[in-house]
Amino acid sequence: MSAAEQDLIQALSDEEIGEIEKEITHLNGRKSAAIDALKIVQKHRRYVSDESLQAVANLLGMSFAELDGIATFYNLIFRKPVGEKVILLCDSVSCWIMGGVDIREKIKSKLQIEMGETTPDDKYTLLPMSCLGDCDHAPAMIVGEDVYRDLTNERIDEIFDE
Amino acid sequence: MPKIVVDGISYEVDAGNNLLEALLNLKRDLPYFCWHPSMGSIGACRQCAVIQYRDEDDDTGRIVMACMTPVSEGTIFSTDTDSAKEFRRDVIENMMINHPHDCPVCEEGGECHLQDMTVMTGHRNRTYSGPKNTFRNQYLGPFIDHEMNRCITCYRCVRYYSDYAGGVDLAAFASRNNTYFGRHQDGILESEFAGNLVEVCPTGVFTDKTLSEHYTRKWDLQSAPSICVGCGAGCNTSASERYGQLRRIHNRFNDQVNGYFLCDRGRFGAGFVNNEDRIPQAGIRDSEGKYDRVSAEEALSHVADQLANSSGKVVGIGSPRASLESNYLLKQIVGEGNFYSGVSSKEQELTNCIIDIMRDGSVKTPSLAEVEEADAVLVLGQDLTNTAPRLALAVRQSVRNRSKELAVQAQIPLWQDAAVRELAQDELSPLVLLTSYADRLEDVASLSCHASATDIARIGFAVANRLNDRFTAVDGLSETDQKTVEEVVEILKAADRPLIVSGTGSQSKSVIEAAANIAWALQADNEQTAIMLCVPECNSLGVGLLERENSNTLTDLLDSTDTISTAIVLENDLFRRASTQQITAFAAKLEQLVVIDSLDNATVSLSDVVLPAATFAETEGTLVNNEGRAQRSFAVFEGAGDIQGSWQWLTNLGKALSREGFAALERIDSVTAECERSNDLLSGITKVAPTADYRVEGMKIARMTHRASGRTAMRANINVHEPKQPVDQESALAYTMEGISGPRAPLSAYVWSPGWNSNQAVHKFQTETGGPLSHVNPGIRLIEPAGNGSPQERYREVPQPRAAGAGSLALIPRYHIFGSDEMSARSKAIAELAPSSYLAIAPETAQRLSVVSKDGVEFTIGNRTLQLEVVVDSSVDDGCALFPAGLADTLDLMHQAQVSLQKAAGWTPRTTTQDKLIAKE
Ligand code: SF4
Ligand code: SF4
Ligand code: FES
Ligand code: FES
Repeated sequence: MSAAEQDLIQALSDEEIGEIEKEITHLNGRKSAAIDALKIVQKHRRYVSDESLQAVANLLGMSFAELDGIATFYNLIFRKPVGEKVILLCDSVSCWIMGGVDIREKIKSKLQIEMGETTPDDKYTLLPMSCLGDCDHAPAMIVGEDVYRDLTNERIDEIFDE
Repeated sequence: MPKIVVDGISYEVDAGNNLLEALLNLKRDLPYFCWHPSMGSIGACRQCAVIQYRDEDDDTGRIVMACMTPVSEGTIFSTDTDSAKEFRRDVIENMMINHPHDCPVCEEGGECHLQDMTVMTGHRNRTYSGPKNTFRNQYLGPFIDHEMNRCITCYRCVRYYSDYAGGVDLAAFASRNNTYFGRHQDGILESEFAGNLVEVCPTGVFTDKTLSEHYTRKWDLQSAPSICVGCGAGCNTSASERYGQLRRIHNRFNDQVNGYFLCDRGRFGAGFVNNEDRIPQAGIRDSEGKYDRVSAEEALSHVADQLANSSGKVVGIGSPRASLESNYLLKQIVGEGNFYSGVSSKEQELTNCIIDIMRDGSVKTPSLAEVEEADAVLVLGQDLTNTAPRLALAVRQSVRNRSKELAVQAQIPLWQDAAVRELAQDELSPLVLLTSYADRLEDVASLSCHASATDIARIGFAVANRLNDRFTAVDGLSETDQKTVEEVVEILKAADRPLIVSGTGSQSKSVIEAAANIAWALQADNEQTAIMLCVPECNSLGVGLLERENSNTLTDLLDSTDTISTAIVLENDLFRRASTQQITAFAAKLEQLVVIDSLDNATVSLSDVVLPAATFAETEGTLVNNEGRAQRSFAVFEGAGDIQGSWQWLTNLGKALSREGFAALERIDSVTAECERSNDLLSGITKVAPTADYRVEGMKIARMTHRASGRTAMRANINVHEPKQPVDQESALAYTMEGISGPRAPLSAYVWSPGWNSNQAVHKFQTETGGPLSHVNPGIRLIEPAGNGSPQERYREVPQPRAAGAGSLALIPRYHIFGSDEMSARSKAIAELAPSSYLAIAPETAQRLSVVSKDGVEFTIGNRTLQLEVVVDSSVDDGCALFPAGLADTLDLMHQAQVSLQKAAGWTPRTTTQDKLIAKE
């Protein structure tokens, strides 16, 4: 491994490297830890930057392209900066029937952002998501780790005023 | 052979095959995209759908993918029921939703597999009216254009590039309609085999950038079967012309040699044919030192006069980049004793040693196809990727034999590509690389170490001894080397089909001898042992065979004290063969230097008479590759001006001089025949290809497609009357669209079959998919081992270890696929990737000299002081210095074994950005 590659590995914190190495011990071959490693980096840094991706690739013995192919396949691995919390708003059919479009417009005007954007205070990023499996409580969304159901304009105000 | 029923017709097919291949082998049509004969099936595109019925009573059946369905006794299929046809049509309609339908401006158009399949499935009307995806295209380097919108997501490109060729910088990104095939950012594709993407991608996503500069549709190209002159591998190519310029090189399938793939030197390195330094006319130097243009006749009579009235000896200098025929004729003109092989004594010694081993030894030299079968490979001192690139690609396939074994054990058919890979994970057959610097095959090597040629030879000798103690033992090996020896011995002993690879790359006879000893030692216990020895140029081995009995080399000539008045140099830049000093001194003593060559070069500049020679694209000739296979190359078009094949110049010169036997020489066929007669070792070369009078049903073989509509329009701006096409006297090919083409022709200028306009048509030419061509000769092997299989111990001289230190470094050539080869380096696209000169040294060495990368070092060679830029490279052994082979300003280093370096005073670092192909650090 060249000095430059060593440096890049240092772009990951010891803690991240530790967690990734631990995953590797459960698996057959370092490359098998690719998705877990990306999730670990994302947990620590909210998203996977090019530098982090290169560092993970070096750590796992993969090329940038190979790992980025995996990273970009999954829409919940973020390759661009996101806010503290990511809003995953369902845009699938049940939610749409139950007024999902209004909810989307409400959130957009409440946070003053378009779909795919992050609020200027870096708190929220708004992304669409297909069926959260909560159709019986449509419209639904996930904010950070929490699921919100039976959304109404008032609920939106409450949630984001908190 | 199981019997299957397809559309009510019963067929016997090969057991173990999939239905798609079985149908193609029956010469039936079925559309497909993702399946590839060299890469197997993954069932990704869903295009090859057919209906399979449970039994005769089942009249609904179910959709299956032909490429994923094994044929077995009694299986019943239908390809032409409506449901199957509709399904396939819908699949293609879906693929076309995001396709730009830009065929008129697409460079794939007219030879596009997607077009062919669209027509075959009958999808005619677009019903989708929504918006389409638009991707951003990438800059991928000087070879390949990228137009992602045309992608149909078949995954062939990444499967070829990563899985097959081992590239790591091309991938599939994102998913669904956003799937993107490219690099993670713009940049030059790293693989030396990237060019095959042009042929592997079934659409116009990856296209040939060098063709694009003067684009011509396939149907308007004039093509001929050719042999790549880029290295000694002898890959078969289909070379194409339009408007008197070479436009492109495509792969020409040969199941024994290159299969479906070429390297990028071969594909993009033929641009030298169009180089502005081409010599169009004969020239004679006048008293003021300027060249006067003269006619061919004047030039010939001038040379004939000079030879007839020469005061001293007349010598001929041959060349390993000229055909057997040309070398032979020159030898006939000057006489046996006055013919010099055109390479240094060193090189001739190495080539001779290789011929000894191949001929008198007991171990067989495999074809490239057989290389892929090896289950353990040991490489000694040869950088395969940069000296015989296609061989490196074959070795890369050999490491997959382990996964194939596992698949056979698990009863998985080998065409089940994803399953076979999944099963094997990272298990590879062993590959051992003992080389002087980091090799591009290292990612799949089980063991690699870098050492000087001497140390490599010593390890090799020791391996042979450990395999069989009748072979000379080696004293004083270091502990690490001893360990390497043991590991290598274990690997080779465990193998069923071991292969030893070496060659002239390390410029060391001992390395080649060590390789032979190992092969012979192994052979005693294992008859499947094989040895492959690489030679540097396209006809090195041919000239080696021709000159087998003749010990005259260029070095002998340069050292000779005879009075030589005239020298005729055949297609050879002597400055690449011996030091500048020697060549300049030699030329100065001559009265007349006659040079026959195609491109201006340093030797041409010294000549008194220059005769313009054809390149491979404008003449015919026989070449012998490093497997000992003789193959014929044909003219694609007629040379401009007075350009003629060297053999034609020499035939005419021989006639002008009334040399014996020349009067009877009519066409190249008669020269080939004479050449064959002159030398037992060349027996068979006349049978390599049909002679000029060969006809199929009274017809010649067409170089143009029958759709070459543009021919009449080519000169319409000048005159609407189309000039008569040139008549080809020299071969069975014709410069027209009239004549036969297609599978029945014994020479395949291009592949085409009704409904199959793309290169995929080749399966119509094969006896079975991936198998031999049914009517084309794959070349004839001239050398088979004479030995009776008993191990022999011929080589006993173990080199002594290099004396350590003393301030001098061993000079080792580092080869560059783009740059080290003389002719390809003069092609524009290749030149763009060629490195600038440098000297690579180990970190320890750098420290001693107190230099860092980009500093300069200084040294003297002969009476010249040279300065080169330093590259510090941790894969270089301390005590060695690597220089790029074959670059103009490092040529003299080739003839030097050692240098003493010092830091260059007043060095200004170069400002180029061209370090990309030099060592990473
Ligand atoms: S780029 Fe070509 S080869 Fe690659 S997936 Fe698309 S169509 Fe297939
Ligand atoms: S491997 Fe050699 S012969 Fe084959 S295409 Fe490349 S340069 Fe040409
Ligand atoms: S459609 Fe929104 S949760 Fe199922
Ligand atoms: S060729 Fe059979 S699915 Fe692609």
